[in-house]
Amino acid sequence: MSDAATESLITDEMRAEIGKESEPWTCEVDKTAVRMFARAVGHTDPVFYDEAEAKKAGYRSLPAPPGYLGTPVFDPRTSDPTFGGRRGSGPGPQPSRPLKRILNGGTEIEHFDDICAGDVLTAKSHIASYEERTGSIGEMLITTTKTTYTNQDGKVVAVMTGTGIRY
Amino acid sequence: MGVTWDQVTEGMDIPELKKNCSTQQLVQWAAGSGDFYQIHYDPDFAKSTGLDGIIVHGALKHAFLGQLVHDWIGNEGRIKKFGCSYRGMDYPNQDIICRGKVVKKYEEGGEKLVDLEVWTENPEGKKTTPGTATVRLP
Repeated sequence: MSDAATESLITDEMRAEIGKESEPWTCEVDKTAVRMFARAVGHTDPVFYDEAEAKKAGYRSLPAPPGYLGTPVFDPRTSDPTFGGRRGSGPGPQPSRPLKRILNGGTEIEHFDDICAGDVLTAKSHIASYEERTGSIGEMLITTTKTTYTNQDGKVVAVMTGTGIRY
Repeated sequence: MGVTWDQVTEGMDIPELKKNCSTQQLVQWAAGSGDFYQIHYDPDFAKSTGLDGIIVHGALKHAFLGQLVHDWIGNEGRIKKFGCSYRGMDYPNQDIICRGKVVKKYEEGGEKLVDLEVWTENPEGKKTTPGTATVRLP
């Protein structure tokens, strides 16, 4: 095995990024976006489409369907053209050897209160860990990112843990 | 009406949800989620990255499992936590069966809670998206 293959993928620059809080970005929750998300999933519960039904069920407005944490406000000056989020909010600094491909490894969301149309969430993220592993797709770099969503009243409503795989 | 805590027993299965994504649904998801990564709608691009063809977004399968749980608990229950790992690829025009099972029923901090194991199954019966959820029930 060559030295290049035994050297860690995780650089000092990457280690220095762990735990560093990102700049905040804004995610809007509006009725049209809730409906679009619910429609894409195939939800049939009218609470995601009809505000009167949502209110009857006790929500302030259309509730965010599971997995929906608002839409990052798009601005071509600062947003990623492919993923829509803040540019550079991806996996962070490059590993010691280039890895071209990315896959989503997993998603976990913890909820602390309802999210409904009309809410404006402030998101902030940090890299929680880097891990390297060899799997069926070869050498992999696994990045765990935690994002905290705070609503307009200053309440943390959700924390998302995302796992990104580069290989 | 969703399920109530009293109706739940440990080990019980929850009603399954069958999905089968058209490419149209993947495009709807791209727009709904804001994720326009080309491996989900451009077959040539997908193949150029070494995939067999376009694949279903992991986050869409996460949202399917969210629907599975939502449809079971209704609007009086709440999802406190739910997550999954993307262990296998799923492709358009193939069944994705979403299933779940009650692992634990308990009370904590004055709340009536249930832990679930949830997953998606591909046509070969392989669990491509295993996960867990914790819900609060009336």
